[in-house]
Amino acid sequence: MIDTLSSFVGELRAVGLPVSTAEALDAANALLHIDVGRRSAVRETLAATLIKMPRHRSAFDTAFDVFFSVGEMPEALVPDAEQVQAASTGAGDSDQGLADLMTQLAGALQGGDSDVLRRAVREAVSRLSGFQPGRPVGGRYYLYRVLQRLDGIEEMLGDGGDEAGLAAQLDEDDVAALMELLRAELRREIVRRLVADRGAEPVARTLREPLAEDIDLMHATREELQRVEAAIAPLARKLATRLAQRRRRGRQGRLDLRRTIRRSLAHGGALIEPQFRPPRRSKPEIVLLCDVSGSMATFARFTMQFTYAVGSQFSRVRSFAFIDEVDEVTGYFGPGTDFVDSMDRLSQEARIVGHDGHSDYGVVLRSFAGKYEDAVTSQSTLIVTGDARNNYRDAENALFHELAATARSVVWLNPEARRFWDTGDSVMSQYAAACDDVYEVRTLRQLEEFVAAVALPVPRSRSEFLN
Amino acid sequence: METWNSAEEVSLALEKAGYLSDDRIAQVVFLAGRLEKPILAEGPAGVGKTSLALSIAEATGRRLVRLQCYEGLDEAKALYEWNYHKQLLRLQSDEGKAWHEIEGDIFTEEFLLERPLLEAIRSEDPVVLLIDEVDRVEMETEALLLEVLDAFQVTVPELGTVVANHRPIVVLTSNNTRELSEALKRRCLFLHIDYPTVEREKQILAAGVPELSEAMADKIARTVRSIRKLAIRKAPSVSESLDWARTLLALGIEDIDSGVTKGTLEVLLKYRSDIEKAERELLDS
Repeated sequence: MIDTLSSFVGELRAVGLPVSTAEALDAANALLHIDVGRRSAVRETLAATLIKMPRHRSAFDTAFDVFFSVGEMPEALVPDAEQVQAASTGAGDSDQGLADLMTQLAGALQGGDSDVLRRAVREAVSRLSGFQPGRPVGGRYYLYRVLQRLDGIEEMLGDGGDEAGLAAQLDEDDVAALMELLRAELRREIVRRLVADRGAEPVARTLREPLAEDIDLMHATREELQRVEAAIAPLARKLATRLAQRRRRGRQGRLDLRRTIRRSLAHGGALIEPQFRPPRRSKPEIVLLCDVSGSMATFARFTMQFTYAVGSQFSRVRSFAFIDEVDEVTGYFGPGTDFVDSMDRLSQEARIVGHDGHSDYGVVLRSFAGKYEDAVTSQSTLIVTGDARNNYRDAENALFHELAATARSVVWLNPEARRFWDTGDSVMSQYAAACDDVYEVRTLRQLEEFVAAVALPVPRSRSEFLN
Repeated sequence: METWNSAEEVSLALEKAGYLSDDRIAQVVFLAGRLEKPILAEGPAGVGKTSLALSIAEATGRRLVRLQCYEGLDEAKALYEWNYHKQLLRLQSDEGKAWHEIEGDIFTEEFLLERPLLEAIRSEDPVVLLIDEVDRVEMETEALLLEVLDAFQVTVPELGTVVANHRPIVVLTSNNTRELSEALKRRCLFLHIDYPTVEREKQILAAGVPELSEAMADKIARTVRSIRKLAIRKAPSVSESLDWARTLLALGIEDIDSGVTKGTLEVLLKYRSDIEKAERELLDS
């Protein structure tokens, strides 16, 4: 058990989960108190001691299935030759056999008995995956094969009624939940076979996926983006809370003499509890300028969410979106608006395409300075998000420097890897010269770091200035 | 607590106290008892993090001591404070006496204001200590909590060190508005409580609103799950689905359709934009 545990912990660390030695010891200690024969007990025990963030749970579960699948070895590891051949020719069982299997699976899913389901899944994997020991393919391949053969099971799971409206939607969600369960069980069974065939560590390596916070936003797959989206909302909320805290805390205000004297009456006139006026509300002005062009499409959603978080917190935020024309989008993201709606409005209503829909920072800067010349003042912090890829057009660098000189500070967030800056049509360093700070923000982790840097209490000398 | 031998027993005891747990919750509560470690319960608002602590107290017959956290909570509000109003009065009434005569008098139990942390440590009987919404306190206060949770002893300079008679069962809850420190997380058993599955929510509904028919409970649980899947600002909590069940019951409604849901959606959703969205995506399709 100790061996398994330590290689399991090693795998978690390899994926990027922060597991300390103290936590590993806790886990080992905790295992002494439970019935290690029960997998779910072991799973929850290890999760409670090793995983301290909900978004790390799925990576934990993947690794757990790999390392703790032994103990219930599959009864027939090697499928007989006939089956392998049948599966590889694509014929598989007779149509009747397949239909029976699907009925059995659908029944097991709807019945809700996990043992029955597991047996049916085991059967399905034996018969449909064409599993070949020693073949160096990943689990995903087998999963895909089985699901392909089970095509049509989704329809069997629905109750077939032709209701409309709410009832139909509820059925649809029921089916989606059952399909999710089926996929999870199939995946688990396939992993179990792979581990029995090749051993835990090699299998774990093939199943590793980057954590949501480490996914490169510009090159993420759809599936990965979904995970990022799920992680963004809490981050945005955290940012909003932290910004509000910083605003509330600040330095204490001036002495409030009247309240101090009134309070002193309770102590016979001794002035022992000085009262202060609450600090004046700081009103940071933030101006956001976001590139939402094609090359930035995935990142744009992400920066807009950021805008949304900031916008719901401060009254004096103005946000602008641009491709090769710039338009103000402040109203879209005000307090009380829905983020998805706002994105829809942005793509339909905002005039952000001027000429051909390719980024043109020069035109945008000129247009920005012309249309919104009052937006940036000596009080405002200008935050620009974009890759500074200008399609070899005029950068209007002097104009940007002028803008930067007006603003109190300028921060640039670039979603590209630092090593690609200034390659090709990127003019990052030209603009960077005018910025107070330039951050590479390719992943959620980096965004979080940026947020921490801007949102943590600033040193006193500066905070006084802010107040 | 110490008498529980398995997670199943925990689950039964909690159920008797009116809390329907699941495998994960029961397992973590069981471990907390065995390892004498605090539980850090995290999850969306309204999934029963606080009521878990209340139910543990009830199931174990222990008294609950609650520390509600807020921004600006400090040692004086969390641990102890000297009642200096009273000390001042005492000094005034003793006017004329020498300092050394009174000094011993004003730093005694009589002038000590006990706050939740000290109360939990000094308690004669074993207690459950609930530290609610711990994510609201500042880092410095978190450090104070760490110190207390580590040793369960506190030093009051004038009185000496107080060591806990019984180690309290500690439950910390967090709404995850900020990242808690690594050190705090490391010391706790982490319990993520999410919205319940349809099955569990049905049981909760059946237990909370016994007059509800099974068919209705099923429909309510499924509808609420579908609403939670929408991208909305504030998903309905468990207590809101209980409220909804009571509302429907009070209105004498026996089956749920789009019209009924539309008319009572305010019970589940608290933002105008969320209500509009649910109507658009769920009910009008």
